[in-house]
Amino acid sequence: MSTSSQPLSRRAFGRLAAAAAGAGALSACSSGGGKPSADAPLRIMAINHVWSQAVKRRTVEFEERIGRRVSMTLLTADQLASSYNVKLNASGTDVDVMMVRALQEQLLFGHNGWLADLSDRVANDARFAWDDFQEAPRQASVTAGKVLSVPVVTERPALYYRKNLVADLGGPPRTLEALMEGARELTRRKDGFYGYVGRGQRSGAVSQWSSFLYSYGGDFVVDGKSGIGSPESVAAYEFYGRLLAGSGPPGATNMSLEQAMPIFAQGKAAFFVDADAIYSSFLDPKVSRVRETVGFAPFPAGPAGAKPHNIPSWSLGINTFSRLRDDAWEFIRWAAGPEMSAALQKDGIPGARSSVWADPKALSAFPPELAEAMRLNAERGVGYDRPRVLQVGRARDIVGRPLVAGILGQSVRPVVRDADAEFADFLVRDNRHKES
Amino acid sequence: MPAMETTGAGGVATAARSATTRTPGPTPRGAGRRQRTFEQANRRLKWAMLAPAVLFVGLMIVFPLVFTLNLSLTDAFGAVNADSAHIGLRNFGDALGDTRRFWPAARRTLVFTVGAVVLETVLGLALAMLMRKPFRGMRWVRTVLIIPLLATPVAIGILWLLILDPTNGIANHLLEAVGAPRQEFLGSVGQSLPTLMLIDVWQWTPMMTLLLLAGLTTLPEEPEEAALVDGANAWQRFRYVVLPMLGPTLATALVLRAVDALKTFDILYATKGAGGGSDFEVETLNVYAYGLTFDYQEYGLAAAVLVLFTLFIIGVVVLLRRRGGRKNA
Repeated sequence: MSTSSQPLSRRAFGRLAAAAAGAGALSACSSGGGKPSADAPLRIMAINHVWSQAVKRRTVEFEERIGRRVSMTLLTADQLASSYNVKLNASGTDVDVMMVRALQEQLLFGHNGWLADLSDRVANDARFAWDDFQEAPRQASVTAGKVLSVPVVTERPALYYRKNLVADLGGPPRTLEALMEGARELTRRKDGFYGYVGRGQRSGAVSQWSSFLYSYGGDFVVDGKSGIGSPESVAAYEFYGRLLAGSGPPGATNMSLEQAMPIFAQGKAAFFVDADAIYSSFLDPKVSRVRETVGFAPFPAGPAGAKPHNIPSWSLGINTFSRLRDDAWEFIRWAAGPEMSAALQKDGIPGARSSVWADPKALSAFPPELAEAMRLNAERGVGYDRPRVLQVGRARDIVGRPLVAGILGQSVRPVVRDADAEFADFLVRDNRHKES
Repeated sequence: MPAMETTGAGGVATAARSATTRTPGPTPRGAGRRQRTFEQANRRLKWAMLAPAVLFVGLMIVFPLVFTLNLSLTDAFGAVNADSAHIGLRNFGDALGDTRRFWPAARRTLVFTVGAVVLETVLGLALAMLMRKPFRGMRWVRTVLIIPLLATPVAIGILWLLILDPTNGIANHLLEAVGAPRQEFLGSVGQSLPTLMLIDVWQWTPMMTLLLLAGLTTLPEEPEEAALVDGANAWQRFRYVVLPMLGPTLATALVLRAVDALKTFDILYATKGAGGGSDFEVETLNVYAYGLTFDYQEYGLAAAVLVLFTLFIIGVVVLLRRRGGRKNA
């Protein structure tokens, strides 16, 4: 009986504590294998966007169909990217459907094995009609031969302008040179008024600038090497810098969409090039003073013609670690299916299905001028608006540096030379990562 | 018989220690055993009581530190749990050799910290001296003073972004109203860091005031009264009597605030976004490490920068404590 009264030795106590800690840590970290219960919700993480809000309002219909609760979390783009990094680095199972930017994150997430392969699911589902998706967004969904996402929102740049101001300029500009002249003229006319407003942040401006780059005949990467040092690219950098430096508002280098859009909406700028998906902000009387005067035009032509981007801005994928992958696919079938795409496009949210774009009824929600601009931009569109690399964030930081120099009124050429060399080194490293 | 009493020097020493606490005189055998068992259980109990704290520190502090240190020696990229190779100190060499991002970020970290903390200390001390003697409405003033402390940094960032917006913000309307030229504030590469330092001063000066006010209220009044009798003026009483006595409080407040200012991230990120602005104008080491982790997914290099940043903070704390200690000696 003496053993029962013997206290634990220090070593034994240490072992016990370590075992308890280990067990605690394991139980905390483990995802609890096996099939989830019927009560477990299907977790969807999405961008706080009109598309997600519209889908969230309709989820009851889907819940009834699959007999499972849906939990939808809406975050900003940065928050969403950071959440994925944290959750998926820990092989988290607490997200099933992931809303991703195919051109920003998909290559890296695919490289990390975080997105489930949907190739068989899209190929074997005739009702889903994978071929109905527009060519460019469909191509952007494929990484290393595997379909990793399904596009749900597409985007092109639109030229927003003030009808009352361009009347004596001969209407909206059809070329980039006419845009520059018009913007300068209108800046000159009125103190505190700006001819042009647009994104000027180093990284944030790159995607909108891409349409200027393509329309000048340049590209980010040419034959696997840096293309930003070409004469065409330098001309595009110089043009964009001159446009914002000469006709833009102060503080343009700190402007992303959130800062630039209110300036146009408040009636303080004549022209604004940005995503066509935001047009409703200028028609909303609560935030817009230009509701009666805003006009919509296709992206103007540069020396190489009008070559705007036409991209899948948001897509849906499935977390590899999800334990509800079948239900997650059901959600994608429902949310990106032909019926839902048509319904959402009728509400003014541009999707990626060709059949919906071909249906005049589906475009009835858009102002006719904008619908025509979207159609033309989609026809002429290039399928990407940023370098297609693993480390898109670093690439945008490098490519965006000459833009900032131009907007600040500095000489662009030396900065382009430096950025070109840095981008060339970066591409070598990025390719090495891709192969690893 | 318990093994401790029969084997090893440790057991003998333990028994000897127990003997010193034992009641002198003959003790019944059963009672002595119970007493020993109780004492041994008591000794074990302290470990049991400490265990939660030790486990917490181990899991929440030691493990992440060791993990980060290990990560800093690898070429981890893309995902933390992806295959990676140990590359020795190469990440540290890359970081320390980076004159484009790392060293400018280190300089900005130092400039931001020194600038903000010096201003906060001077203003905080001045306000604390003014509020030292009771006055009418003191409770209201103190309540108003802590309002900036209660707001979250992100909300403060957005609030100031709106106030300082170069085109639509109220600050430029006010400047125009008094005939001053409009400013770009956070929209300007050159004005961003000073503007953010002033926002930090606005937010954290009240904390310095409250800390120093607490220190001032504990000071004895006699030395100051003696100096007054000797004919010292207000400045002399402050400089040669109050300030030396306030030294320890001031040193503690400085260390606390400096460490916090060195780590500032949220307000920089909320106002200037990833990378600390278009020309990296407010990119501090914290913002740089965040960018390497979440924008570039270069986890090995990010961990190395964080290790260097931690050493930098420890260096600043040691320096401040040494100087504080020397002054108080």
